Amino acid sequence: MLTFILKRIVNGIAVVIAASVLVFALVSLAGDPLASMLSSPGASPQTVAQYRQTLHLDDPIMVRYLSWVGGILHGDLGKSYSGQSVNSMIFSGLGTTLKMVIPAAVFGLVGAVFLGVVGALKRNTAVDHLISALSYALYAIPVFVLAILLKGYIAVPLNNAFGATVLYTIGDSTPGVPPSLSDQVRHAILPVFALAVYSMGPWSRYQRAAMIEVMSSEYIKVARAKGLGRARVVIVHGLRNALIPIVTIAGADFAVIVGGAVVTETVFGWQGMGRVLVDALTGPVSPDVYVVQGWIMVVAIFVVAVNILVDLMYGVLDPRVRR
Amino acid sequence: MTTSERAPDPLLEVRDLRVTFREGTDQQVEAVDGISFEVHPGEVLAIVGESGSGKSITAHSVLGLLPPLATVAGSIRLRRRTSGRPEELIGLSSGAMRRIRGAEVAMIFQEPSTALNPVYTIGWQIKEALRAHSRVSGRTARDMVVEILRRVGIPEPEKRVGYYPHQFSGGQRQRIVIAMALIQNPDLIIADEPTTALDVTVQAEILDLLRAHRDEAGTAIVLITHNMGVVADLADRMVVMYQGCVVETGPVSEVFEQPQHPYTRNLLAAVPRVGVQSAREPVAAPDRIAVEGRDVVIEYPAGFRRASFRAVNSVSFRIAAGEVLGLVGESGSGKTSLGRAVAGLNPISSGSLVALGQELKGISRGKLRSSRKDVGFVFQDPATSFNPRIRLFDCLAEPFIVNNSTERPQLRQAVNELFDLVHLPRSFAERFPHELSGGQRQRVGIARAIALRPSLIIADEPTSALDVSVQAQILTLFTELQDELNYACLFITHDLAVVDMLAHRTAVMRRGEIVEQGATREVLLHPQHEYTQQLIGSLPVPDPAVQRDRSSRRQAVTS
Amino acid sequence: MSGVQGSGVGPAVDEHAEKIDAYASARNSQIAGALRAFARRRSALVGLAVLLLIIAFTVITPFLWKYSYSDITVDFSAAPGWRHPFGTDSIGHDLFAQTLRGIATSLKVATLVALLSTVVGTVVGAVAGYFGRAWDAVLMRVADLIMTIPVLAITLVLANVLGAKGSSWFLLSLVLSAVLWIPLSRLVRGTLLSLMKNDYIDAARMLGASDRRIIIRHLLPNAAGPIIVDATLMVGRAIIVAASMEYLGLGIQAPEVSLGLLIQRGQGAATTQPWLFGFPALFLVLIILSVNFVGDGLRDALDPRRTV
Repeated sequence: MLTFILKRIVNGIAVVIAASVLVFALVSLAGDPLASMLSSPGASPQTVAQYRQTLHLDDPIMVRYLSWVGGILHGDLGKSYSGQSVNSMIFSGLGTTLKMVIPAAVFGLVGAVFLGVVGALKRNTAVDHLISALSYALYAIPVFVLAILLKGYIAVPLNNAFGATVLYTIGDSTPGVPPSLSDQVRHAILPVFALAVYSMGPWSRYQRAAMIEVMSSEYIKVARAKGLGRARVVIVHGLRNALIPIVTIAGADFAVIVGGAVVTETVFGWQGMGRVLVDALTGPVSPDVYVVQGWIMVVAIFVVAVNILVDLMYGVLDPRVRR
Repeated sequence: MTTSERAPDPLLEVRDLRVTFREGTDQQVEAVDGISFEVHPGEVLAIVGESGSGKSITAHSVLGLLPPLATVAGSIRLRRRTSGRPEELIGLSSGAMRRIRGAEVAMIFQEPSTALNPVYTIGWQIKEALRAHSRVSGRTARDMVVEILRRVGIPEPEKRVGYYPHQFSGGQRQRIVIAMALIQNPDLIIADEPTTALDVTVQAEILDLLRAHRDEAGTAIVLITHNMGVVADLADRMVVMYQGCVVETGPVSEVFEQPQHPYTRNLLAAVPRVGVQSAREPVAAPDRIAVEGRDVVIEYPAGFRRASFRAVNSVSFRIAAGEVLGLVGESGSGKTSLGRAVAGLNPISSGSLVALGQELKGISRGKLRSSRKDVGFVFQDPATSFNPRIRLFDCLAEPFIVNNSTERPQLRQAVNELFDLVHLPRSFAERFPHELSGGQRQRVGIARAIALRPSLIIADEPTSALDVSVQAQILTLFTELQDELNYACLFITHDLAVVDMLAHRTAVMRRGEIVEQGATREVLLHPQHEYTQQLIGSLPVPDPAVQRDRSSRRQAVTS
Repeated sequence: MSGVQGSGVGPAVDEHAEKIDAYASARNSQIAGALRAFARRRSALVGLAVLLLIIAFTVITPFLWKYSYSDITVDFSAAPGWRHPFGTDSIGHDLFAQTLRGIATSLKVATLVALLSTVVGTVVGAVAGYFGRAWDAVLMRVADLIMTIPVLAITLVLANVLGAKGSSWFLLSLVLSAVLWIPLSRLVRGTLLSLMKNDYIDAARMLGASDRRIIIRHLLPNAAGPIIVDATLMVGRAIIVAASMEYLGLGIQAPEVSLGLLIQRGQGAATTQPWLFGFPALFLVLIILSVNFVGDGLRDALDPRRTV
């Protein structure tokens, strides 16, 4: 198990390095990000040249890559065009985003396990068909459509009915108010719900299939033949085994959730990672080279770390991979 | 021993049991069609039948373990331990049924590799069985678990209680499953093909274990099996099932001696017996050698989370032209690795292996490909050896197309000839593999192997997935074809009786080494190596009197 | 599926003509069986019908409808009615024409992406799965990479790199395909690896069949089920990613129209003028849902062990 985890870490580092090459090649080699600046009337060639120098865009490619990677190793992701430290931009964004992503992953997982298990146990009944239809629908609704619907058709009527803001639709907390849990929760409910539901569709299908397979296995029959009660058979013997595959799936899909968060943040006006990336790509000077590169590196490292955690969890759940 | 006359009221009484399965919306399939039998205390009743006979379904219906699509009718009455009076089990509430499961009637399943929950230790699982019906303190429970593990023959039980199922061998897992059944001290054990997935030496040990428990605790056993040798070894009475019906019932000795029903007679006749068929004599002075292996080593390199593994360790053997060499061994002995190496499907690590004049060590891909038309291979599992999307015509035409040996217009003729050779109707050419039975498919598998009239055939357990009666037909076909086409053959099997029927010479493999080889008759009648003797001693003989004698002698030797 | 092989029987052999007929009809019956299995799933049939209806509508209507997607009418912010079935926006665009145009763009992108990434993914996945070693190692590392960086982030960066050119549906399709072939190739690889454990592959090898023959004749036809199903689901995936990009302001840009752009523009008025957001969103969901139902029906229909 230990060598397995070590291998995974080495593999993860390799992936992160590959990601750094990929993102650098994409962003830095694609063209001159300052071209749009040159054509705008306000900027003199001198200012542009100065920008070029401070951002090291005039260095040879290898030098640029190495100095960027060297910076990362020292924990410095560089500066944006506006002179802001990329570190502070990304880490403040990351904090905001995690407030959405982590609860969404947890609720998505719990909901998917619940729906999947109920569907499997009530296989081919009306309940199962209903859950199936629901997961298909969830799978077909893009997360931003769902988010807009929640905003317009849940939050607005609810707030109107109460004559007060019960659920917030913009931002992750009320500015100028001392941070409180209830304030944060009221801001987070809708985006977390949208994002959780986004992954619940496919996950619940996996969970259903896994549960059906486990429940048809021989050891379930053995457990019943022992004289165990149905609840014990289903939970202790069935669910315990059916959780193993879903953990892998959820871990592998973590990057997908982060992608969903990018869109959800935009709908709900959160100043998180999504906003950082979208601004860096759609701003007046785009791409904001070091912001985009730093963004992808941080996300990649984060996802790799989550995947290693999932592998560790796999070891806890399945004694066959321990050793 | 026990006879039905002596015990007037049965422990279990099944009357007119019918099980139907709903298929689709309106289709009903009768799996069990009105069968009756009874089991007396302390008796071993064997329910015998081939696949599809309904024997397993019958066993499952007793404890209400059938899938929800099944409907059970008739009567199953169990004499309850508490009241001493028979009680109807069909229609019992799930709570009441649960109190019977394990406590009064326990079940042992076929597949020990999947019967244990992989995520819990075996000690935990046995303890769970113990606590399902009785309150036992932690300390006592542990002691009882260790004790039962010791009784079923798990070495170092104090340490092993904390192990997970994957840390045990198949035979040990089956012992653990049995321990789980025994610890609740039931009145009746239903054993559904308890030894089918096991090697013959392990099978003998498991049967001894069950017998010992019956003799000591007086537990009745219902033994579901297709193996007449197992029946002869363990059972007092037997019920023969065929297509959902009971065709014959009676004491084992009577049924074996004077089978009444033609199906029973066929079934008994189809069972291959060691030393009864005249083993074929090897060619005295072979003029040509088809295969010669010298110090063959096959090693699988270390892979992801796997150490390197030596499957075949310095093996030397030869097959003369036109000779059948039977390669016998239990699972993991390396026999399949060796067979695949002879076919060029596995590379050999060191030594020399010459097949049809071609050295296979370090052979180039191109040379291997061109030499293959002289070698045929019959695979074990007819279910996976055919491309499910290709009609049998295309499947049998492929050898000719690939080797450009037959003009297109003559293909139909060539394929028809192949169907004739293996006694299948020519119309099968238009069918898909899944439209054939296992035995028919295996005939096609043989046809494919002999299509190019090779001088060497490798057959890897070609009958082990088949019912006995089908197996007999395939073996007859095989001998017939070998006589006619006179190819050399490496016939891999775990079944000594099969070797006896068709091999000129026999080699016995164990843990990667050939421990004994020679003329089949010599090896089987006068085994020299201890392991061969053990193998032959473990093989249950389908004759109750002989088998009882054998197993008591074997037990005397081992104890 | 492999109708060509029927000619192996030889048309010149007269006495077998009858059998050839039987053979051909049996082949047809296999296809018919697949169709029956497909039709047994009502959801798949409904999905297919809805999809075909939407496609027919988007193809035909622009020739018959009085407004084009770029026309500016005199009705501003009109609710759905006889003149404008889907209403108009504040500038006076007819939303019916715009939605149809958006559907057409989405479908064009999705179809091209499904085709491109399926072809590339199948070839690379088959090569990696069959030959293994270096090819396989490279593919698996690339696949790891794609599981580490959100697909949406990569496509956003790619679209940004393409700049103004990125707003053409063709280039957008290339961007999406550049990423989406990877999971498919991984699927093909995995399917091939598990198929190769079947004895019939060794059987073909024993006959001396070439690698090409084994891949084309024995492996790919058996992998066709998962590949086709995944290609169908890819349509839905491509539509979602493209719409998300448009929603975020990258990819297809005005004056071109796409469903993502329409939703983005309409979201502010989701409660006051719900038609602006509702109709594009409705059709977006409807298309994805139908395509997924069709994919699921195909999964059943293409199962080789389906009993005819």
